[in-house]
Formats: sequence, structure tokens, C-alpha cells
Amino acid sequence: MSKLIVSLSPHAHGNDTVERNMYGVIIALLPALLVSFYFFGLGSVIVCATSVIACVFFEWAINKYVLRNERNSILDGSAALTGLLLGFNLPSNLPIWIILIGALFAIGVAKMTFGGLGNNIFNPALVGRAALLVAFPAQMTTWPKVGQLGSYLDAETGATPLAIMKEAIKSGDASVLDQLPDAFTLFIGNHPDGAGAMGEICALALILGGCYMLWKKIITWHIPVSIIGTVFVIAALMHLANPIYADPFAVIFSGGLMLGAIFMATDYVTSPMTPKGQIIYGVAIGFLTIVIRNWGAYPEGMSFAILIMNAFTPLINTYVKPKRFGEVPAKQ
Amino acid sequence: MNARTFRIGGVHPEENKLTHEVATQVAALPKQAIFPLSQHIGAPAKPVVQKGDKVKVGTMIAEAGGFVSAPIFSSVSGTVFKIDTAIDATGYRKPVIIINVEGDEWEENIDRSDKLELVKDHPELTPEEIVNRIKNAGVVGMGGACFPTFIKLTPPPTAKAECVIINAVECEPYITADYRLMMEKADQILVGLELLMKGAKVNRGYIGIETNKPAAIELLTKKAAEAFAGSEYQVEVVPLKQRYPQGGEKQLVDAVIRRQVPAPPAIPVNVGAIVQNVGTAFAVYEAVMKNKPLFERYTTVTGKQLKNPGNFIVRMGTPMKDLIEVCGGMPEGDNKVLAGGPMMGKALTSIEVPICKGTNSVTILTGDDARRKEAQPCIRCAKCVGACPMGLEPYLLAKLSDLKNWERVEKEDIVSCIECGSCQFTCPAHRPLLDNIRQGKSTVMGIIRARNAKK
Repeated sequence: MSKLIVSLSPHAHGNDTVERNMYGVIIALLPALLVSFYFFGLGSVIVCATSVIACVFFEWAINKYVLRNERNSILDGSAALTGLLLGFNLPSNLPIWIILIGALFAIGVAKMTFGGLGNNIFNPALVGRAALLVAFPAQMTTWPKVGQLGSYLDAETGATPLAIMKEAIKSGDASVLDQLPDAFTLFIGNHPDGAGAMGEICALALILGGCYMLWKKIITWHIPVSIIGTVFVIAALMHLANPIYADPFAVIFSGGLMLGAIFMATDYVTSPMTPKGQIIYGVAIGFLTIVIRNWGAYPEGMSFAILIMNAFTPLINTYVKPKRFGEVPAKQ
Repeated sequence: MNARTFRIGGVHPEENKLTHEVATQVAALPKQAIFPLSQHIGAPAKPVVQKGDKVKVGTMIAEAGGFVSAPIFSSVSGTVFKIDTAIDATGYRKPVIIINVEGDEWEENIDRSDKLELVKDHPELTPEEIVNRIKNAGVVGMGGACFPTFIKLTPPPTAKAECVIINAVECEPYITADYRLMMEKADQILVGLELLMKGAKVNRGYIGIETNKPAAIELLTKKAAEAFAGSEYQVEVVPLKQRYPQGGEKQLVDAVIRRQVPAPPAIPVNVGAIVQNVGTAFAVYEAVMKNKPLFERYTTVTGKQLKNPGNFIVRMGTPMKDLIEVCGGMPEGDNKVLAGGPMMGKALTSIEVPICKGTNSVTILTGDDARRKEAQPCIRCAKCVGACPMGLEPYLLAKLSDLKNWERVEKEDIVSCIECGSCQFTCPAHRPLLDNIRQGKSTVMGIIRARNAKK
């Protein structure tokens, strides 16, 4: 007779897998990826491909030659996802060698040093971006204009909407904001003078991706909604108080806000575990983003806000507990 | 249908109710019946027969071994072969009484007629008398937990019962025994509910049924309206949205009357509810009205690869092997045989294990269904936190248990875990969360008991 298999319950599984979630996020990023190819052409293809290939390669090499793991984790999709997100955060005219350094930082320093998937404190893609921003401030803050499909390193650069907003605050002159495209153009991303990191250009594509992830239950609404909501409310109040601050729609549709709120802050590993904790985390990210954008040294504060809150995630996890069953007062 | 459900967590396993429309058949008598002395929560029963004694169907063969305990009755007639040990559903050898079956002779005082007895025709049935008959008939919770029913009907003086909730949820995948029972014995179940309400001295009753059983909801709603029209009892059939673990006592109380039972040691009656399985209601009817002690039950024998899965009325003590043979025998390949369903059932080490009071199903998983997938590192996706119906953090409890940090894991309320397995079901990394949590929970409960003993 064949043998009996014995194990503890449960004996059924919902068939969810790590791969399904990781590749699910990658699928959700596809609309934004296609838009970036459409707007930035060749440069975008080169930067994204380099970043993805480099991240997967570094993960493979570190697994094999440094950690000597028998099981190589590259197929779980997390390295490719980090590569794609890193690419999305870069200007489309960034030289390959700089991208390689960014990928090495992301995978080597931020992820594998801590023990690989699940153990890193900081979002690897954002660590990669932050390292590049500090090391190569000039290359990392000049952004090609859209529509130069055939160009890569030689692309003409322009001022991003966020730089214009910052300029308005610095000069105290609200008329500077007249250079901004209208909110709908920012939402679609189709503004010829506009510029920015390639993945963040089209809020619409990113929101589509976010809806896909909500539908597939890859993420919950808590983090994106609390970040975007916080930024919107604070920006609206500031705009009402003083018109040198841009209107809230322009604020939420420009820069890395959508990319950060939907795809970077929701990174499983580095975000809090409870819905309540996720809302605290999201509100804090929104608040810090506004602070850095308006008063910090950089025009964009999203990635630093997320990295700062990544550091608080363990603390949030320790002190913010879900509502236990039975703590709800009895309803008569 | 405006269906209710519980308010925290939960998952939605694939139903696989293969035997929904398979009418119940009476299982053949075994050649030899095996009666474990521990078929309930509490002290094992004490044998009152000896080797060579003749017994009839319904003869008491073991008496209650303490207050929290229940007597055990023979389901067959024949001769006591021996009092020995045998492997039970836990995988350990436990004391059993083995009876060689000869003929099918019943105790004379059992009413074997089909006549439906009504409570109003039996003025002698005072609440005390009802509870007493339930106790003496060895009735325990038939949903699987097997807690002696009479104790639930006599709550501690600190709590006051307000209603009886019949658990007809059957949220475990595969199992259809309760559904078949409802479709085939609805009148008896309603009398059983009336007895339970009278015994507990309450006049409100609810029957919670998930919406994947519309025929049962319709049937019981209609019958309950007829049966309780003009009586002092208010009975409501409550359709519930399909969600696991709705059949858990605490989840069911929350779903039906919107009250949450506080953390242990609180029990449902602390919020006024007495929860009884639908099978228990039927057993109560038979025990009180027909003088028939608990020795047979509805059991589903099922599995995707099983040739003829079905529902059976089984005499307890029948080895599962007999039932599996009737259903076409063990499927080819590696199998996992469960006493119960795939979410909370126990995997058996032998198919000689008998059907007991709590065996609602024999579920056979074959091939890939029988195996766990390899665990990967936790990606901290928080899906286990979202799925936990008790509002706990399974990833944390599992980790702390693994690290043997008992003090912290107690503070994180590990003893509230109901071991439903929703966390592990939902984990994309296939981590054995509940294995670790069970270990932590039992250690912490031991520590708490030792601490209380010192006081």
C-alpha cells in the first residue's frame, strides 16, 4: 500500500506565492513602463534594461559567490522588480556605468547585506537612487524632456514641475507657477517641456497599475491612500493660505509621488504589518514629502520620506497592534 | 440575501463540496468496533464492561470519568473482545474498548420509530430533566471539538445565557455531513433546538447557515416558521456570507449577534450565547425524545480522487477503512487521510482509526494536494495579519515562538489563537506559521497553568 502523508493542519493552501506577488507588481508597472518608452524612447529602454539586468545579475552573483546559497533567489522576481523600480527613478539619459553602481548599491548593500529578500530595512531601489543622488548630484538632477525618442546620453534636458514649484517658493513669486502645465496634462504626463524620472511621468499609468494591484489583492489601500491624501490635504491648505504654493492637484500629479505612494512605499518588506501602522506610516511619508519638497535642499522629497519612514517601520510594528478580537465593545 | 459575517479577517478556501447532493446512506456494520475512551474534551471515560461481556446497541460501555467528561455507548451488539490501546486520530496509542460484532440487537428502551416527538407533548421535560438526559446520553459537540453539551447548557453563575445559536455553517471545505443532516432531518433539528433553548432557559434561537447552502436556508426558514409559530420561542435562520472560519464559535457569535467574546478564559456564554452544532441539536433530539444515546452520526467520506465519495450514517467505532472501501478504496499514489476537513482536520497515521463522536468527515487528499510546498523566507506582506480572524499577528507569533521568547509571545496574545490555519493558508511564502504558533501556544499555556497553580 502507498504511504500516508502526515502533517499538521491546515492541509489546504490558497495557492498564493511570492512569485505571483512580485510578478504581479511588475505587471502593474507595465503601463508606466510603456508610457516611459513612448515619452523617452531609446534612453528609457537602455536605462530600464540595464537596471533590471544588473540587479538580477548582482543578486545571482552574490548568492552564488558570496553567500554560496544552494538555492538562488533570482527567480522569485524581487530582484527584477527592484531593478525596474530603480530604473523608474532615474533620468533616461543616465550613463550605464552609473546605473550599474546604483544597482550594486540597491541589491548588494541594501538587500543582500541584510540577508536577502524579507530582511532588508530600507527599500533597495530607493537606497540605490539615494546613493546615486548623493554621489552624482549633477547627473541625477538633470532630466530629459519628453519626446526625444532616438536620443540617449545626448538628450536635451529641462526643468521638472517640482523644480518650478520650488523656484516659486524660493522667489516668493506666484507667477513662476504659470510655467507649470495644467493638472490634467501632469496627470497624463504629456507635456513637451516637462521632464522627470522616466517611471513617474504619467500618473494615470501608475494609478492604473495601483488599481490592478488592489484588484489582485497584492496591496491594500492603506498606504497609497494615506500618503496621497495627506499630501493633497496639506498642499490644499498651503495653496489656500499662500498662492506661491502650487495647487494640490499639480502637487500630487508631479514628481515621484504616485510612483512612491503606489509602488515604493507599499514594498512589503519595508512597510508596517498592520493596517493602522500602515496609515501612520503613510501619513508620515506624506507629511515629510511636503516638508522636503517645500523647504528641503532637493525639489523631490518622496524617496527620502519613504527611506526615513522605513527606519521607523520596526518601531511602528512593535507599538501599533491590530484590533484584537473581543476588544470591540459589545453592541446591544 | 443580506448575509452577515464576522468582522475580522478570514479567508475563502475552495469549497470542493463534492457530496452536496449525494443522499445519505446507512453504513454497513463493522466486524469489529473500536471505541476510544477519549472522544471528548476532558477526562477519558472509565470502562464499565470487561472482556467477554455481552453488549447491545446502546449499552453503556464506559462512564464519565469526571465532571468534564462523557459516557460512551456501544454502537453494536456483540462481545467485548478486549480493553486495549489503539492508534486514534491524534496518532498516539490510547485506551480503547474493542467489541466483536454479533447481530444487531438494540437496548429495548430505545425508540426506533420514525414518529416525530414534539416538546409540547412531553410535559415531563423540565429544563433539568432535559439537561440530565443529554448528559446521560453522552452527547458532546458534534462539530469536532467534542465539548460535553450539558456543561454548555449550565453556564457558570457569572454568565447569563440569552440565546442558543445553532452552528450550521459547515465552512470547512469538502464536508457536507451537516448539510445532508439539515436536508434530511430538519424537523428533528428544530425540536432539538427547542430542547436546547428550554434546557438553557432561553427563548431566542438562531440558526447560522452559509449562503452556499440556499436549499437548507430555505427549508429551515420555512420549517422554523411553522414549528415555532405562536410559541414562546423566537427562532431566526441567519444566512451568512461564505467565509472561513465562520464555524468557529467566536466568529459565529460575532456574525450572528454582533458581539465579540473577550479573550480567553471568556467563553461565548459570557456574551449571552450558547453555540451548538446542528449535529448536536439532532443528537439532543434523539437522546431526549428517543432515549437513544450518542452512538451514530453523519459523516462525509470524500476526496477528489475517491471513486464514490458519499455521506453516511455511521455507527461510531467503525474503522475509517471500511468506509473508504465502500467509496471505492484508497486512491492511487500518496494520500493524506484526514479526520475532518482540510483546514482543521487531523492527518491520520492509520486508516484503522475509528469514527468517533466528533468525526464529521474522512477527507482524502491525493498527490500534490497532500503535500506542503517548500517554505520560502517571509516577505512581510502582512497577508497573515489581514487573514487572522482573532486580530493577531501570525508572522510575529510564529517568529517569537521559534525564538522561544515566551514572555513576549504571551504579551502578544498567543493564547487567543484558535488554530484555524487562515494565516498559513494565505501565506505566499508557504511558511509553516501555525506549526510554530501551536508550539508557542501550548508552551505559554503550560507556563500560565504553572503560574496559576503557584498562586
